[in-house]
Amino acid sequence: MKVKDIVHLLDLTVYSGEQGLDREVTGGYVSDLLSDVMGRADTGQLWVTLQTHKNVMAIASLKDLSAVLLVNKQKPDANTAEQSNEEGIPILGTTMGAFEVTGKLYELIR
Amino acid sequence: MHHEYNIVGGDFTRAGYASSQVKKILRNLDVDTAIIKRTVIAAYEAEVNIVAHAYNGIITLDIDADSIRIVLDDMGPGIEDIEQAMQEGYSTASDKVREMGFGAGMGLSNIKRNADELRINSEVGRGTQVEIVMYR
Amino acid sequence: MRVGDIVNILDARIVCGGDRQEYTIDVAFASDLMSDVLTLKNDHVLLITGLANMQTIRTAEMSDIQCIVFARNKKVTREMVDLAIENDIIMIECRYSVFRTCGLLYQAGVKPIY
Repeated sequence: MKVKDIVHLLDLTVYSGEQGLDREVTGGYVSDLLSDVMGRADTGQLWVTLQTHKNVMAIASLKDLSAVLLVNKQKPDANTAEQSNEEGIPILGTTMGAFEVTGKLYELIR
Repeated sequence: MHHEYNIVGGDFTRAGYASSQVKKILRNLDVDTAIIKRTVIAAYEAEVNIVAHAYNGIITLDIDADSIRIVLDDMGPGIEDIEQAMQEGYSTASDKVREMGFGAGMGLSNIKRNADELRINSEVGRGTQVEIVMYR
Repeated sequence: MRVGDIVNILDARIVCGGDRQEYTIDVAFASDLMSDVLTLKNDHVLLITGLANMQTIRTAEMSDIQCIVFARNKKVTREMVDLAIENDIIMIECRYSVFRTCGLLYQAGVKPIY
C-alpha cells in the first residue's frame, strides 16, 4: 500500500513532501522517542508520533521511512516541513490520537 | 499548614517525589479529588522543570481554609522570554530530558491549564520562581 | 476491557497488580511523552508506552492512571515496581511494538480517548 492510499483511507492531511506520496508503506512504527526510532524503526515504515521537533525529518530520512504521521492535531514546524519537501518524505496529520489512528492503520497494513 | 521540599537538579529518579507528598497531604485533608488532580499535575510539571533545567530548588506548600499555594523557587539559568516559553511546543530541553519523556514544550501550558492562578518570575542567570494557587 | 483480557490479547506478563485482573479500563491512550499523558481528564485509562522509567509511574500516579502496558519489550526496574505497588498501579510488560499493541487492542474493541 502506498502513502497516498493511506492518506485517502484514513482521511489524513498532507502538510508537506507531496512528491513522496507514492512511497510504499511496509509497516508502522509508533514512538515519541527519537533515539528509539533511530534504533528500531525499519525502512519503509510509516512513523506515528506527536513530535514536531526538527530532528524528526533527519531521522525519517536516515531510516528511509515512508512518511511521518503527526497525531492529535500537531503541525510540523516550518523548517521541519521544508526538510520534508527536500527529502520527499511526506508529513501527514490527523486529529485522532496515536491509539485510534494506529488501530485503524493496523487494520490496513499489518 | 506549611511544608518544604528540596529538589535536586538532574535527579530524574526522584523527580515527582515532592508532588507525590503534596498529593498525599491533600488526600488526608479530604480536598476534592478533581482539585487534587489539577494541583498535583501543575506541581509535578513544575517540579520536573526544576529537575530538567535548574541546579536545585525548594518547593513550599501552604494550605489554608480557602486555598492551596505552591511556590517553586529554583537556582538555575532562568527564563529569557516567559511569553515565548509559555507557547506550546517551545522548548529548550536537552536531548536527555526529551528521552525521559519530557521537554516537548507542553509543561508550562499544562501548568497554566490546571492552576487557578499562576505567576512566573525569572531572572536570567539566577533562577525562576513559579507560584501556583488553587482555590479549595 | 478487563486487565486479564488485555494480558491475553497481548500475550503479555503482569509484573505487579496481578490480583487485580478484574480491573476494567474504559479507554486507551498511547504516548511516550509524559506531558501529553498529563493532559488527560478521563478515568480508567490504559496507558500504552515504550517509556519505562520512574517518571512513567509518577505520571500515572498524578493522572490517576491505574494500568500501564510497557511495550517494545521494555523491562521495569525494582524501584518502579515498588512505586507502582505503593500507588496501586498495575504494570504489564509486553514484547510487541506500540504499533502492534495498539492495533491488537483496537481490533479487540478498546476505545480511544477522543
